[in-house]
Order: sequence, then C-alpha cells, then structure tokens
Amino acid sequence: MITNLLVANRGEIARRVFRTCRELGIATTAVHSDPDAGAPHVREADAAVRLPGAAPADTYLRADLIVRAALAAGADAVHPGYGFLSESADFARAVLDAGLVWVGPPPAAIAAMGSKTAAKRLMAEAGVPVLGALTEPTEADLPLLVKAAAGGGGRGMRVVRGLAELPGELAAARAEAAKAFGSDEVFCERYLPAGRHVEVQLLADAHGTVWAVGDRDCSLQRRHQKVIEEAPAPGLSAEVRSALHAAARTAAGAIGYTGAGTAEFLLAEDGRFFFLEMNTRLQVEHPVTEAVTGLDLVALQIAVAEGERLPPEPPATDGHAIEARLYAEDPAADWRPATGTLHLLELPFPYQEFTGTGLRLDSGVAAGSEITPHYDAMLAKVVVRAPTRAAAARRLADALARARVHGPATNRDLLVRALRHPAFLAAELHTGFLAEHAAELTAPDTEGVERAALAAALADAAGRRGALPSGWRNLPSQPQLKRYRAEDGTETAVRYRLTRTGLVAEGHPEVELVEAAPDRVVLAEGGLRRTYRVARYGDRVHVDTPAGGTALTALPRFPDPTVRTDPGALLAPMPGTVLRVAAAVGDTVTAGQPLLVLEAMKMEHRVTAPADGTLVDLRAAPGRQVETGTLLAVVQPAEA
Amino acid sequence: MTVLTTRVDPAGPEYAEHRAAMLAKLAELDAEHAKALAGGGPSYLERHRKRGKLPARERIELLVDQDSPFLELSPLAAWGSEYPVGAALVTGIGVIEGVECVITANDPTVRGGASNPWTLRKALRANEIALHNRLPLVNLVESGGADLPSQKEIFIPGGALFRDLTRLSAAGIPTVAVVFGNSTAGGAYVPGMSDHTVLVKERAKVFLGGPPLVKMATGEEADDESLGGAEMHARISGLADHVAADEADALRIARRIVARLDHRKPGPDPDRRAAPPRYDEEELLGIVPGDLKVPFDPREVIARIVDGSDFDEFKPLYGTSLATGWARLHGYPVGVLANAQGVLFSQESQKAAQFIQLANQRNTPLLFLHNTTGYMVGKDYEQGGIIKHGAMMINAVANSTVPHLSVLMGASYGAGHYGMCGRAYEPRFLFSWPSAKSAVMGPQQLAGVLSIVARQSAAAKGRPYDEEADAAIRAMVEQQIEAESLPVFLSGRLYDDGVIDPRDTRTVLGLCLSAIHNAPVEGARGYGVFRL
Repeated sequence: MITNLLVANRGEIARRVFRTCRELGIATTAVHSDPDAGAPHVREADAAVRLPGAAPADTYLRADLIVRAALAAGADAVHPGYGFLSESADFARAVLDAGLVWVGPPPAAIAAMGSKTAAKRLMAEAGVPVLGALTEPTEADLPLLVKAAAGGGGRGMRVVRGLAELPGELAAARAEAAKAFGSDEVFCERYLPAGRHVEVQLLADAHGTVWAVGDRDCSLQRRHQKVIEEAPAPGLSAEVRSALHAAARTAAGAIGYTGAGTAEFLLAEDGRFFFLEMNTRLQVEHPVTEAVTGLDLVALQIAVAEGERLPPEPPATDGHAIEARLYAEDPAADWRPATGTLHLLELPFPYQEFTGTGLRLDSGVAAGSEITPHYDAMLAKVVVRAPTRAAAARRLADALARARVHGPATNRDLLVRALRHPAFLAAELHTGFLAEHAAELTAPDTEGVERAALAAALADAAGRRGALPSGWRNLPSQPQLKRYRAEDGTETAVRYRLTRTGLVAEGHPEVELVEAAPDRVVLAEGGLRRTYRVARYGDRVHVDTPAGGTALTALPRFPDPTVRTDPGALLAPMPGTVLRVAAAVGDTVTAGQPLLVLEAMKMEHRVTAPADGTLVDLRAAPGRQVETGTLLAVVQPAEA
Repeated sequence: MTVLTTRVDPAGPEYAEHRAAMLAKLAELDAEHAKALAGGGPSYLERHRKRGKLPARERIELLVDQDSPFLELSPLAAWGSEYPVGAALVTGIGVIEGVECVITANDPTVRGGASNPWTLRKALRANEIALHNRLPLVNLVESGGADLPSQKEIFIPGGALFRDLTRLSAAGIPTVAVVFGNSTAGGAYVPGMSDHTVLVKERAKVFLGGPPLVKMATGEEADDESLGGAEMHARISGLADHVAADEADALRIARRIVARLDHRKPGPDPDRRAAPPRYDEEELLGIVPGDLKVPFDPREVIARIVDGSDFDEFKPLYGTSLATGWARLHGYPVGVLANAQGVLFSQESQKAAQFIQLANQRNTPLLFLHNTTGYMVGKDYEQGGIIKHGAMMINAVANSTVPHLSVLMGASYGAGHYGMCGRAYEPRFLFSWPSAKSAVMGPQQLAGVLSIVARQSAAAKGRPYDEEADAAIRAMVEQQIEAESLPVFLSGRLYDDGVIDPRDTRTVLGLCLSAIHNAPVEGARGYGVFRL
C-alpha cells in the first residue's frame, strides 16, 4: 500500500493528484522550483522539497533530485503527472531502482512508445492503421507535417505546404527537437487539415485487463496544442467507435501496457483513422472522461500501481462532458503568452475542484499567483458535464463568460465564442477549426470595449468622489477624459460629464447612469439595465458582465518622462529567454527579417526587423533572460 | 433634528412663474459665460492649438485631479467694460493631488493674454483668496504683459501682484509658477517671486527686456533663448527649477510639486455622510419671485441647501424680518442670517449683532442670504435708534473674524448690503443668483429721490419745473440704475466672485467651506455676548 506519494510535477496536475491522495488517505509530497515556492500545490502538500532554480532543466526535469527528494521525504511512490518526466523511461527506472512505486506504465512500455517512428512501426506490425513516416515525400504527399520523434505537446511540429520549404523546416525542427527533447530525430507524415483528433482513454492492470474507457475529441487546437476537449467524441458511428477502441486496446496489449494511457488517432473525413501516438501517462484532458464515467482515473492509476485488479469492463459513459483550457495568452496576437499577477479567478456557480460530474475547476493557480514565462500558461481547466452535448456547451460557455478572471490576458472570450459557434455546435470539428474561424473568434468587440471603458471610468469616478458632486464645474468647458487600452492594443477615450440631469457621455447618447460605486456600475439604455462589475489592480481594470469580461489598461494622463524609446528600437514583447540570434551588428536587414528568437512559456517568438535598414545595436545573446520592454536591438532605417 | 417644512408648491402657478423668470435669467447668464469660455474666439484658439499649445481651461483640466470639482471664480470679470468678458484670465479653486489650490491661468487667446485693469483685479482677488484661506497658489503663466494703452490703470496698482506672491510665501503658503510662454518684463517677476518654477522647454520666455528692448538699451544683440529660455534659466540663471519637455509635462511636474508640499489641511473635508436636504434643490428655481418687491421666505432656500433641511432657529419670535439659526452644510457648522421681509428694523439689527457674536464665540462660519431693501427709515425708526442698532450689526459684521459667506438671492440695497456682509466687509466668498440686484437703493426710489431733490431745487429758485423732462430723466436714471444693479454688471466689476445657478448653491458653498477650512477658523475674542 502506498502511504506517501510524491508528485514529480507542479500546478494543477500536482493538485489534482493530491486531491485523490487525500480521498485515499495517502500523505502528499510536493517538489517545487524557486518561482513555485509559494504555489498552491506546494502550500497544499504535507511536505515539499525545493528544486533549486527556475528552468525546467534544473528543476522538474531533474530525475536525480526528485528521486532524492522522495527518499528524503519518506515517500514510497512517485506520480509523474503529465509533461516533464512523465514519459521518461529513465526516470521511471530510477524511481523503481530507488525502491519506490512508480505510478505509471512499465519503463519498457514508455520506451516502446517514446519514439513516434518506432511506435508507428510497432503499431503497423500489430495491425493498427498508421500514417506512415514518409522517407521521400513527393508533391502528391503535400501538405506535410514535420514532427519530432520524441516530441509531445505540439512542440516542434511544422506544417509544410511546398517541397521547397522542406529542408529548412526540417533543419529548424531538428534544432528545436534537440533542445526540447534531447533528440534531433524528426519525421514527416501526411498532414490531414480536415482531420479530427480523436483519442481513446486506456486503463490496464498488471493482470491482463485492458479498458478502453471511452473516447475524446480534442480537435480544437492552436499551435498543435489542445484548447477544448470533449467526451465522448461526437458523431462517431458505432463501427468507427468500436474499431477505434479495439485499435487502442491492441496498441496497449502490444507493449504490455499498464496504468492509464491514451491512444491518439487522426480521424479522416471518410471515417478512416490512423494511429498517431500513444501517451503513456495521464492526459491533461482526463477530467472529461472522469465526468462521463464517474471514475477517478488517478485513484485507478494508484490502484493499478498497487497491483490491484480492474473489473472486467469499464463503466458505460453517461452524458457529455466538455473541458476548456483557460490560458494566459492573447489569441488575437498569435496566441502570445501573457504574464503577470493573477488577481482573481472565480467561477460564477458552485463548482467542485478536481472532482465531480457537474461544474469542475482544475487549476494550479490562485489569486495572487504570478504567471511567469517559466512554465505553461494554462491557468485552469473548466469542465462541465450535462445530459447532452448542446447542454454542456451552453453551460460551459455561460460559466466561462460569467467567470471573473483578473490578471493577464486570457483566451476566455475565444473559448466562449468557440463553444457558441454554430460549427462547433454542429460538431463540425477538425484540427484546423480554430484557425479557420480565427477571424470570428478573435474579432474585437468594439462596442463592448467602449461600454466597458465607460463603466470603468464611472467606477473610477465613484471611487474618487468625495462629498461634492463628481467633476462638478460651474463653467463646464470640456468633459472628463479617461483613456483605456484594450487587450488588442486599441485605445478608447471616454469623455463624460456628470451633470445635474445625469450622465452625458460622448458616443453613448442613450446611456443613463443608474448607480455607480467603485466596484459596480449600473447603466441603462432604452429601459434596459445592465450591471458592470469593476475591479482595479494598479492600472489594470477588469469589467465583468454576465456576457463576458473586458480587461483594460488605464492609460496615464501624462506621458512617463522616463520612457524615451528610439524609433527602430526593438523591445522584448514578453519576458523570456533569448534562444537564437540570427543577425549581427552592422548587418543590412530587410523588414520582417528575423533578428532573434525568444522563448517564452514553451513558445518561440521571432523578433523581426521593423523596417529595411542596418542593425546598429544588438543586446541579445543566447540564454539571456529578458523582461518585457528590455531593449533587444536597434535597427536604423535606411534612408528613403 | 428640527426639520424645516415647506410651503412651496411645485405644481402651483406662482412656482411656475418664478421658475420661468429664473430660467430666462439663467439662459442670459449662460450666454455671458459662453463669452468667457470662448476666450479670444475660434481663430485665435486655432492658431494657439496649431502651435501645440493648450487653451487655459485645458491646462487647468490637466492640472486638477480627475473627477474633482473645480469652482471657477469671477468668470464675468470685465463684463460691461471695453475688454472681453473673463478678462483674459481664468481663476478658480481646484484640487491638485488632493490639495485644494487657487489656480490662475492666463488665456493667451485673448490679446496674447495681456493684462488689462480687470485682469489685474481678478488676479488680485485670486491672490486674496489664497492668502485668507491659506490655499497654495498655482499660476499658469502665458501673458504678453500689460495692455499698454491701459497701463495707467495697471502699472502702479499692478505691483501688488508680485507683493502678494512673496507675502504668500512669507505666510507659509506655497506658490508655483508654470510658464508656458511669454512672461516678460513685470511678468518675469511671477516666476521670480514664486516658491517653485516650471518652464516649458523652447516655449517659456522669461526676461525683463526682450531682444528689441535690449538692443535699444545697450546695443547688445541677443536672442529670446539666451535672454530667457527654459534651458538657460535651468542651467545658468537658476530661475527655473524644472524644465518641462512640453505643456503636459509641465503640468505633470506642477502636480508633483504640489504632491510634495506635504500640505496639511487643518480643518475637515466635506462630510460624505452628511444628509442631503430633504427638499429638491431643483425647486430653488421657483422660490424667488421675478419681482423683488414680493417677499419670499428664505427658510425655503435654507431647507434646500443645508444638511437634512435641519435648521435650529435663533430668536424666531424676535426681529422676524431676519431669520437666524444654526445648521450644517456638507457637515460644516454654519450660522445663517437670512432676510425674511426685506427691511431691517432695530430688533433685526440687534438680533443679528447678538447672533454674529455667538458664532464668533463658537468659531462657527456665517452664511448671509441677502434679500434686503435696507434699514428702515422714518421718524419713529430714527427716533427708535435705527442708526445705532444698524451700526451694532455692521460693527459686529465688520469685526467678526469667523469666515463669512454671502449669497445675494434677491435685493441687497443700501446699508443693508453692508450689514449683511457685502463685498466691502470681506466675506471669504460672495456669490449672486441671477435674480439678485444690488445698489444704494432701488432704481425707482433713486430716480424718485433725484426728482424730488430737483423739484425742491427748482422751487427754491422759483423756476417752473419741467414735468416732461422730469419723467424722461426719471426713466433714464431708473434704467441706468437697474442695469447697474444687475448681477452680471456687478460681477463684471469683481463685486462678487461669480453668478451661480441657484441649484448649485449647496455645492458652491460646500466647496467654499472646504476651501475655508484650509485656514484656522477662529472667532473674534475679547468681548462678551451682550443681550439686548
């Protein structure tokens, strides 16, 4: 029996595993990097061990330190979570060699699936359909997807639409793969833009029972990373579903798999499917399966690790569950990760954390958490189960719209719009869904922003108000003026006066002010009252309505005299690490030419020349840590 | 709680009539205020903006705290004179970084911001307010100096401007000069005499003599920048404490200067918990009759301006033509004296004298609500000592040291204007309603008196009296006195601090009381209360 479990992970998955440990009466041990010293997963654990440093390579990827931590803390088992060392056969072996229980599949099974190319071969031999790795791609194979053999989480994947691009993309993918996964092996396969990502949840015990615990659709992706997942996968015929489940079970059986795992497939429009890879760990999106089956997959992982037997058949699924991943990122700015302090994360209805079949929140952060560039930008997973898919989508969209998420920019609006999109509701799913509908899903809501800015300005005025009328003038010459910047960078000016007869706001001729307090503004228009909840954190203002929230930055009345930027200066758009430098001082550069690459939050960001000219200053070297606004380079524009 | 009751019937015909008359006067007032707001007019304004400069009121709006109230003072200065309404200067009380300040700003769109005699009076009044109420003074300077054709009215008295600045400083009241453009010759002493100076780069010009004058005086060739530019004054002469990159930056710096004054207000701020009046301030429009001969009950006004309409009357049965009593306004205690039947008799005068002294004993500011035709005349009253008793009231007002606020609601004639703390008795602030009139006596009375005197003179000389000419002269005099009794005319001559919408009375008085409490509120000491 396991008595004390160390989770070799952080954030929501560490908390998720701890939650089950508490239910089972198992003591918990956390590990943490320096930036995570105050993180919720550390606070909640019975004991925590520091992994000095910030970079994953120094902390959560240090198998040796983690095994030592487990021994020091008196843990008798290790759960790897997902990501980090979860698919490292070496780590699994090290855990077992230290005499600890490994809550995961056997190292050999991990190794068998570790290389995507090897795994494909293995599956093909076992009779599972695969998209073959192309050794000599031709025009007929286009478009292609370049993948890292050891990859995961979308890193290093590239779509290639012309053979001419292929050598360059292969080289780039190799470089990225080598850095990210320690192996530069990459391969090409055919890319099916209209394909769906469908996966089967597996659970196997050490006694030969292999469950296919339902399936999931995870087609809504950006940058090859999942954003919205659901269970069961909608619109599958019984034949396709049973064939998928059988293929998944075959895959697990072929490698002697135990524990929880996932077989991922690409489902073509014609109903054919191809094995993509097998994830030998718990998936991020496992809650949707839990929601429709009532199972606790972590409890079952632990039970299997303890040698217990699974019942012969998994429970049937009931209803439909959808999960939305709330990321600190700006979908309209090429999904750029956002950082900063999370001030508030609040769902509107009663919900359960990490469990349950109603509204569920899995989150590794709490009010006050710092969202840093060191780790994945996922703030939370919001999961809902309902009797039907449509009901689940409606409830989840509403819960997200009403949620109060204060802090960095998030993809909340995109999630709400996607969940309400006719194509989503019609289950017209494919991995290009978000890209195809990007314009609609990220279109700025100008009217909403302007109204939110008005509410923010009036709440601000209410907060400043003394005993005397706000902004009173005996000779009014001009309105009060406040400026706000929306998340998409557009600036909104609010011009208003509070007169004897009420609000006079430019651009809002019909709007009446019903009441205003620093945290709550009620406006009426055409007899329709709407309430705006307003929260301010420094210059950040969040305006929440039942229809969604708007984040604004209050702009200063006066320009900051300390900020004087040269034209042509390139500043870091976010905190991160300089990955590569692609130009040197004195180089003649052309507009759009990449000068250097930053890595932040598992993403690469190119910094390009703003204009044709000469690179006259370069303050970046690989490995250098930069903050938002750090001067990276200066391009002197060529004389016109 | 002694809550006033009301007899105002907003549905009645009298109310509607009074309201219509007041609204008509307010519309006229708005038109006059619009002239002040227009400054030098659209073409000069456009030229000013094209130079990257902000108009005076925009400078003030950027200087004061967002959403804070701003009380503009003397906006009608120079009304009825040969100079534009507003006198090329904006003055007022505003809040900068939480500190109430007197702010003045030259309006460079009006004849380059040059000072005329009314500009001077308006500026001196602002200085006086800063001094009496211990409010920091911030001058936003851009003026071409004195209006030379009227120099005889400006030059000699104008020295008081610079005297005031250093006296304010000596009294521990901070002064800040922000120079946006010309501030030359005498104007150079505004930054010269201020505690803190900010000069806008490449815009401020501060010198005693410009290039032509220097050339004339000494033959030296010099340019503006070397004689008086911001950089020069910051690096060489030391006159500039701060160089601002632009106008907005100058205002930002001025705000930082005020923030660092560490100003502490000895008195309280207006009380947010104070109950508003029980009755609608909108109804203040319907109380004063269009014809000032018809009296009105000032308690109807008090009920609409004091906290909770709560008013404890003093001696309600004695001297009933003057209502006196205690109330609070935005939380500040005030003693109120309000004319109830126009005429002041001996009893009213004695009651007022006693009440004023009580207020001094307890350091309570006084509010005078004017609607008086003056002290009673006639044999009985003269014999009854009306002079003596009127003198007591004037004596008490003159020597009272608690802050006084005066509001001319209706008539304010004769010595009654003095006894009710008219301008010469230095109330801290004095405002008029559009319905007010003030003169030595009513126009008809004055014309009639002149006629009687002329008739007596003719009779004494044995000449026939020309009745037709008399009627014409009477009409003309009446018309002239009427015009010169009107609030815009009096405001133009700086005899009040502005004409206000009656509905703003509570707000204006609240702002004034808040400003007043930047200085200690202390009554006159050394005499006991005498009961009459």
